[in-house]
Amino acid sequence: MMQLIKIVVFSLLTIGFFTAYSYYGIPQIIPAPPPEKEELDLEGITTADLIVLGERIFKGKGACTLCHNDVGGRAPMLDDIGMKAQENMADSRYKGTASSVEEYLYESLVDPSAYVVAGFGKMGTQDSESPMTDVRTGSIKLSEEELLVVVAYLQDLSGLDVTVEIPVGSTGTEESGQPAATTTQVVTTNTRAKYDSAEEILSQLACGVCHIVGHYQGLIGPDLSHIGGSRSKDYLRRAILDPNAELTEGYMPMMPPTYGDQLYASELEMLVEYMSRLQ
Amino acid sequence: MQSGAKHGDKMRHLDWKCLLINSMLLFGSLCVLTLLSDPVYAAEELVEVTASNVISPPELTAADYPQILGLNSRVTVWLVAQLHLWFAAFVLAVPIFVFIIEAIGMWTRNRKYDDMAYEFIKVSITAFAITAILGGLLTFCLFLLYPHLMQYLSGIFRESMFIYALLFFAESVTLYIYYYGWHWLQGGNKKWIHLTIGLLLNSVGATLMFLANAWLTFMMSPAGVDANGVFSGDSWAAIHNFLWNPINLHRTIANIAFGGSIIGAYAAFKFLAASSQEEKAHYDWMGYTANFIAISALLPLPFAGYYLTAEIYAYSQQMGITSMGGVFAWLFIIQAVLIGVLFIAANYYLWCGMGRSEGAYRYNKYIKYIAVVIVAAFLVWFTPHTLILTNVELKALGGPYHKYLGPLGIMPAKNTAVNLMILFTAISVLLYRRANKIPTVSRVEIGNLVQIALFTAGIINIFILGTYYGYFTNTVYKIAASIPQVLTTLIIIGISALIDLVIYKGAKEVAPLHWGRIPDRAQYALFLVAVAFTWLMGLMGYVRSGLRQHWHVTDVFRDNSVEAFTPTLGYAASVVSVGVVIFMAMLIFIFWISQVSSQKTVVHGYWKTT
Ligand code: HEC
Ligand code: HEC
Repeated sequence: MMQLIKIVVFSLLTIGFFTAYSYYGIPQIIPAPPPEKEELDLEGITTADLIVLGERIFKGKGACTLCHNDVGGRAPMLDDIGMKAQENMADSRYKGTASSVEEYLYESLVDPSAYVVAGFGKMGTQDSESPMTDVRTGSIKLSEEELLVVVAYLQDLSGLDVTVEIPVGSTGTEESGQPAATTTQVVTTNTRAKYDSAEEILSQLACGVCHIVGHYQGLIGPDLSHIGGSRSKDYLRRAILDPNAELTEGYMPMMPPTYGDQLYASELEMLVEYMSRLQ
Repeated sequence: MQSGAKHGDKMRHLDWKCLLINSMLLFGSLCVLTLLSDPVYAAEELVEVTASNVISPPELTAADYPQILGLNSRVTVWLVAQLHLWFAAFVLAVPIFVFIIEAIGMWTRNRKYDDMAYEFIKVSITAFAITAILGGLLTFCLFLLYPHLMQYLSGIFRESMFIYALLFFAESVTLYIYYYGWHWLQGGNKKWIHLTIGLLLNSVGATLMFLANAWLTFMMSPAGVDANGVFSGDSWAAIHNFLWNPINLHRTIANIAFGGSIIGAYAAFKFLAASSQEEKAHYDWMGYTANFIAISALLPLPFAGYYLTAEIYAYSQQMGITSMGGVFAWLFIIQAVLIGVLFIAANYYLWCGMGRSEGAYRYNKYIKYIAVVIVAAFLVWFTPHTLILTNVELKALGGPYHKYLGPLGIMPAKNTAVNLMILFTAISVLLYRRANKIPTVSRVEIGNLVQIALFTAGIINIFILGTYYGYFTNTVYKIAASIPQVLTTLIIIGISALIDLVIYKGAKEVAPLHWGRIPDRAQYALFLVAVAFTWLMGLMGYVRSGLRQHWHVTDVFRDNSVEAFTPTLGYAASVVSVGVVIFMAMLIFIFWISQVSSQKTVVHGYWKTT
């Protein structure tokens, strides 16, 4: 009996160690919630909004940054794609049919193998096949409108004028053939569900990429873990709504000025309230 | 040891009852299956079905998922599935090595092997009943909590699910004949018949697992369906999907390692409970053999793992990046720690085991150096990881979407450490083998020198490869270091094993091994191997399933339940731990039952004398 108890205690201790290690030995990252279905309302949208929207898709639903980022080296960076596109179309390896940058960008998204950037092809295909899939398919599944919006963003990103024209009367990503009555989750961009907590906002808006806050460890911006001790609520509100108005000493103006448009007023208050409590 | 026949009688009662329960469960689940795959019923259920023979995934909302008694559906299914899998893995693996041990016994005509094989299968037989019950429970939970998904899957896999049920029955029958016929089918042709039944049992078992693997790999890498998930009617395409064979291979090997480790724990348990020296010797030998099986299967496992990962990348680069980047990157750090624990425990067990030999004193002095290297490699494996590159990693991982990923950046350091661990474990094994031998051939010195040179060169090569790939190449190629490193390790182990065979050809034994002369704490190393392996299997089960993220069936059937999110690793680890505790409790119960069933209470004056 004594032996049995010893064995049990020993096993429990081992299991406890593994569990504790998984909690405290490694950072607890809260993975992104599943992407929400959004319906785009492009009627009368301004070019500026188009670009903002495009960026959001690029970093969000489109999952483009999964590969196109400067950490992994898995895919080319796209900030000079405008210039590159011209060169690539003239390259002898180019198999596509585009004649303008806009068409080239669109083609890159739906037929990535039309031109494969040297060194980025699928392993063993001598750069004849792209590892990127048609972004209209699979888990990314961008709609025609979303493709145009992303193209607009890419044009702007690489310093070109946006030439994309949004077809009149186009709304939405509703899959065709789907009887409207069976879908209940018609979430439009204007009526996104409210975030429930400041933590959710931090994770949704990726503040932790740049700040030390909660369990995030970003180092680009100031440490926010005791921000409430030194800053008033008014200051915090301004720092989010108009970050470049008053720069924190020793930091570059790198914080996106767009949060004011992305948050509901009540959410902003929740966030400010949360930060003011970080003493 | 114990009177086999009496013991058998008691077990028989228990098992036939279980068999009865199994058959009932089986029958029940068959009814559910046929009912649910009935097209008419299906047509009523699914709005999306236009023609009754089109199988397509419905678009669900959170409200479509049944809420039963406030149960968390995901955790319920997760735990039940994992428990079923642990038992199934055990029950499928044991006959594989029982078959081999039985064959060795027939070959060497050494009765010891036959007895041990029988005892192995005896442990698995109670577990078999539990596997079946858990399988029934899992089927029940899945249909209850995820009816739409199961409807879709059972539509596509109707035939294979039916065949599965039949095969399961065949498995029960062959297993029971194999076990209960053991003492009857002895000697001459009868023994061959028995061995053939063992082969049959293994074939049926493997087919069973491959079928079940087809369903879950279909969920990961669907085939035989179009981009919207509409089934083409080609069942073989759906079964033979992209990740099917990689998973088949990986699971088969892992099952053997797992089965070995559980039998090892059983032997350790019996060793500690043993009262006579004879019993101790028997269970010591059994524990040693089981551990040997477990570790032998553990060594090729990383290769099956690489193959699987490479195939995941080939199937979908996005899934590959999700697996090695983002949150899951950290999961592989936990995995590394677990494997490190396994190595340390296995080595420790070997060192303790050297006490069985009179000749071991000649090598004892080396052990402390091996221990230092292995522990150091273990520490390198996880500590520097969280120190070096922390900021970059966290920046990369801190965003809401899985960005790619620091950890590959220091994979080379980890790989170097693991290769050193494997090499030094190999040295442990070499020393263990030598402990009881005196070489008789000439040129022993030369052989030894060659081995030493080989290991030294190999270790240097592994270091150079690690450094080169770690610090002088593009990130994409950093994992590439692992392949030449692992090749180096393998070649060294292979060649030095050959040299060893030559040197110790016809070697004399120092003295017969003293089985049973091993400290009790060595048995705890066996428990540690079993617990760590069980936990590891649970963790890897989680990542395999978690890779689908918010999809029931990748890219074609979305999971819209409230639990579709990917949990934090701490959360996942807790679920795994709860599962392991339940599993271990059930296991200890099984061990205890087998202990009790061999005990007899002698009473006087209770029964009437006739
Ligand atoms: C699975 C990783 C992956 C994802 C996700 C991905 N890409 Fe790519 N992309 C690549 C790779 C690799 C290349 C380079 C090979 C090629 O030219 O096709 C590439 C090339 C491109 C190119 C062409 C570059 C050139 O110079 O021709 C564009 C434009 C592009 N991607 C845009 C996007 C956008 C927009 C998204 C999100 C909707 C996206 N990508 C998502 C991997 C990815
Ligand atoms: C791209 C990087 C980046 C992101 C993302 C970012 N910030 Fe910042 N943040 C900065 C930088 C750089 C500064 C310092 C310069 C300045 O004051 O604008 C800063 C300053 C601040 C300050 C003022 C701190 C002080 O001590 O003055 C607050 C408050 C703040 N950020 C909150 C947030 C919140 C909340 C979010 C998410 C909604 C966020 N930031 C997202 C980069 C970022």
